[in-house]
Amino acid sequence: MSSLKKIAATLLCIILIVIVLATIFVPAPYAQQFRELPNAGPLTAHPLGTDALGRDSLSRLLYGTRVSLLLAPAAALLSTLIAALLGSAAGFVGGWFERIVLVATDLSLALPWLFLLLTVRALLPLDVPPVVSVTVAFLMMGLLGWQASVRVICAAARGVRDSDYLLLARSSGCKPARLLLRHVAPNLRSLFYAQFWISIPLFILTEANLSILGLGVMEPMPSWGNLMRGFEDFSTVAANPWKLAPLVLLVIVVMCFQLVLPSEEVTQ
Amino acid sequence: MPLPAMSKVTKYEKAVRLLRYVSRRLLALVCLGIGGALLSASLVRFAPGYGVQERELDPRWSAQSVEALRKNQPLQEGLPSFYFQYISALARGDLGQSDSLKRPVRELLRQRLPVTGNSVIRGLGLAWLIAGLLASLRLGPRQSFYEVSGTAFSSLLLSLPSAVVAMLAVQLRTPVFCAISVVVFPRLHRYIRSLLMRSYDQPHVLAARARGLRTGAIFLRHVLPVAAPPLLALLGVSFAIAFGAAIPIEALCDSPGLGQLAWHAALNRDLPLIVNLTLAVSLVMLAANSLADIAGRAFAGNTQ
Repeated sequence: MSSLKKIAATLLCIILIVIVLATIFVPAPYAQQFRELPNAGPLTAHPLGTDALGRDSLSRLLYGTRVSLLLAPAAALLSTLIAALLGSAAGFVGGWFERIVLVATDLSLALPWLFLLLTVRALLPLDVPPVVSVTVAFLMMGLLGWQASVRVICAAARGVRDSDYLLLARSSGCKPARLLLRHVAPNLRSLFYAQFWISIPLFILTEANLSILGLGVMEPMPSWGNLMRGFEDFSTVAANPWKLAPLVLLVIVVMCFQLVLPSEEVTQ
Repeated sequence: MPLPAMSKVTKYEKAVRLLRYVSRRLLALVCLGIGGALLSASLVRFAPGYGVQERELDPRWSAQSVEALRKNQPLQEGLPSFYFQYISALARGDLGQSDSLKRPVRELLRQRLPVTGNSVIRGLGLAWLIAGLLASLRLGPRQSFYEVSGTAFSSLLLSLPSAVVAMLAVQLRTPVFCAISVVVFPRLHRYIRSLLMRSYDQPHVLAARARGLRTGAIFLRHVLPVAAPPLLALLGVSFAIAFGAAIPIEALCDSPGLGQLAWHAALNRDLPLIVNLTLAVSLVMLAANSLADIAGRAFAGNTQ
């Protein structure tokens, strides 16, 4: 492991520990409004100041980080599970099933990802409670973000299909489901991990884009995306550079994920 | 002299094979179009709130009037008739009416496609130019400074959400196509560099270098032909990336293109608009991908 990878992994661990223990560090609940202190600068009670509604920015940043950083891996897990199931089954079974899965994958890969997300989002009601909006946003990403992984997993499963140990297992009378679960899937484990890690930064960025556009996590629930909605008024941000904290944290985290990603040989 | 005849036959066979492939792709495109249209129709028909008018919620309307309004709704017609009408309207080029803008979707598409197309093509051109130049410059001397600085810059741009790039573009008064190229560039750079490096490490390139061929000649004659088919495939994929990036960029830069229209439709739950818009964009993307794929095949066939 290179030193850069080690630094990135350590940073990610520190950030994860901080957000898990966020309730200890936060000066106030994320939705509490200090009406006498709107748009305040850094104070002892509010180290990152407050927003236009008087809510503590540090608390919102910590809770927002928790939402984005815990739910993006959850969405990545869901999409990797779908990709693992479809990809390994397609590669293992082969024939028309593989062809159908690959055509469907190619088709969805050719579509602009955000257009697809907006269409699905538009099908659902917009005035939903914040918790529902969080669930919908990440569920949508998890359910629609499996395509890129399927191709890679399918290709690897195709390679495993004709291996000697699988032939031996087949001749011993193993049923297809057992072959898939006990012999094919464990051999593709490193690939599943790789695809899981690759999806996390992608989902973090997608959530940010959706929330900035007002279609992701709804207020008052904080997330990196809706914390960055205030950047539209850039003159305020330029005068109060600490308001850039969500963007800085997002860039650091996404860069760290990119650095700790497995090598290209595993992912391509 | 059997050799020229053999090569003629091979060329003919190659052409036939390519033609077959093109017709297969065309057929697939038509099937996907019909499938997409059926899916769009289903999305519109079964979405919550379909066929409900705001007028029905107005307390001034009597129960009989509301009932009469409901009877006039398309919900009353049968499902096969709905699908038939939807598909036949699509075949005539009628993409329906936008609920929120009260204008035909076709007219909106005709108005806005050139704006997005212009931004996407210019943005892609700029991104390909910079990514291609940087990737080819870094091929020869693989010094650690270039490696680290290039990777760090590319990672930084990859870590920025496209909506933040759009906000920066608004602040810096940069044209929309520049913002699109900033979003697309790091993704292209990564792949182009990887493809070129893989081609550059081939044994025949090493032999050419050992024979003293100049770097430019090696690049044009030996590296680029090997990397061309996947690069052409990447060109098709880059259209999808650029169109995706156009949504937040056009929405936040207030550029009247398809991206802004999609955002508006999603915010207003304008299903006929967003569904038909996605269908149209998807067909354009699939056509672009097929073209890139066919070009890649033809190129690979010629170079073999």
